[in-house]
Amino acid sequence: MSAHNIHRGVSLYSYQEEYYHGKMKLEDCVREVAATGAEGIEVISEMMLPGFPNYSDEFYKNWHKLMGAYGTTPVCHDMFLDTWLYRNRKLTDAECVESIKKDIKHANRLGCKVIRIICTTPPEILAQCASYAEEHDVKLLLEVHAPFHFGHEWILHHYEVYQKTGSKALGFMPDFGMMCKKFPRIIWERNIRDGATEKLVRYMNEVYDIHEGLEALPETVKRMGGNQVDLAMANAMSLGLFRWTEPKEILPFMDYIHHFHGKFYEMLEDGTEYSIPYGEIIPVLIEAGFNGYIDSEYEGNRSIHDVFEVDSVEQVRRHQKMLQGLLGR
Amino acid sequence: MFEKYMVCDHGFKNVMKNGEVIGFQLRVKIAYYRGLRLSLVEGFEVTVDGERFVDELITFGIGDRSYTLKQMETEYEDRWEFGEEATLTIVKPGGLAPGEHKIDFVQKVIVSYLPDPHQRREYSKSMKLEA
Repeated sequence: MSAHNIHRGVSLYSYQEEYYHGKMKLEDCVREVAATGAEGIEVISEMMLPGFPNYSDEFYKNWHKLMGAYGTTPVCHDMFLDTWLYRNRKLTDAECVESIKKDIKHANRLGCKVIRIICTTPPEILAQCASYAEEHDVKLLLEVHAPFHFGHEWILHHYEVYQKTGSKALGFMPDFGMMCKKFPRIIWERNIRDGATEKLVRYMNEVYDIHEGLEALPETVKRMGGNQVDLAMANAMSLGLFRWTEPKEILPFMDYIHHFHGKFYEMLEDGTEYSIPYGEIIPVLIEAGFNGYIDSEYEGNRSIHDVFEVDSVEQVRRHQKMLQGLLGR
Repeated sequence: MFEKYMVCDHGFKNVMKNGEVIGFQLRVKIAYYRGLRLSLVEGFEVTVDGERFVDELITFGIGDRSYTLKQMETEYEDRWEFGEEATLTIVKPGGLAPGEHKIDFVQKVIVSYLPDPHQRREYSKSMKLEA
């Protein structure tokens, strides 16, 4: 394995099920991250840090104390842009910039060097925030999450504006979810529990596995007598809500990529992810000289909690163990 | 995504004011994966055994603060946090009869980044009225 500068982190998003039910508090989540051996902490502030964005000095002091107590490093704050805050009109550009500046200031005080930018944020708005981000030593990284991908005109438009702006503060944060080689099992199994037709689900998975002809699926499934649940699955595939991107398609953008969301749906007992071939992807990132964090982001809870007990802690442990193996540390 | 847990298993009971039963209450949680400012919580619909309660019949309470749905429309600071229990108080003079009731619950939130920001989350369950 070549030398590399890739670090492991965990997005606290991963523990949402336990947090929602009050089984884990913020400190429990941080302790658990540290126990996996990961260094980095990513937080959706509006999920686990009540009171956003009006925090006291005391709050930030306690945050750093918490990081110190477990030896973790704050890495990323995930932001949102509530463009419909005023129900009768969208935020103006100036209001959007103002909102993002609050995120920048907050991220800086948390000690985070990157911000996850929600995928619908226009690049022209980000360009207006770039110098403020530079001053605060924070990068604004657009999340590239399915149905977006690096061939999508929206992402290419961002790329163009970033290049023109010339600011080191603008870039991308790809989500491993765009590299689902197989359709996540926990999702098609859930579809079957919700009434999907087993035969059709099998057929759709076969089409998905060859990654071709997905656009035609809704029509075909309708013709085959598919019900609403079948059609929803066909639509998810045809619209690219789940997709397979060859890892090498990311490489031309590497200079602008400073963080990854290590999305996963189901870590198997053998230490692999059912749908996302980490073993194929990580070596490509090492080879390309990626420099930054890959943060575990578990998103299986919502697909299984109808009938199964969710164990996010175990899922993240397995994911981190896999990353550790592939990264060699 | 958290539809199943939107209506808490506890806290479903009649509400008294000045010695009279003025209605009933439900404890509810946000069905989204983060907290929201209240203007982004678009509303609720509560149907009990087929009887539908909406709009001015519903009051939303968190901590010691309470809001009508109309007031929530322009509340840009106060937040309903992720995982936080809120109390919905629903006007129904005389309240509900003791025993089991079928509840159809709708929670509407605004998620600005989605193609359709108006997200409607629904869940139905049967619950026993607490004494």
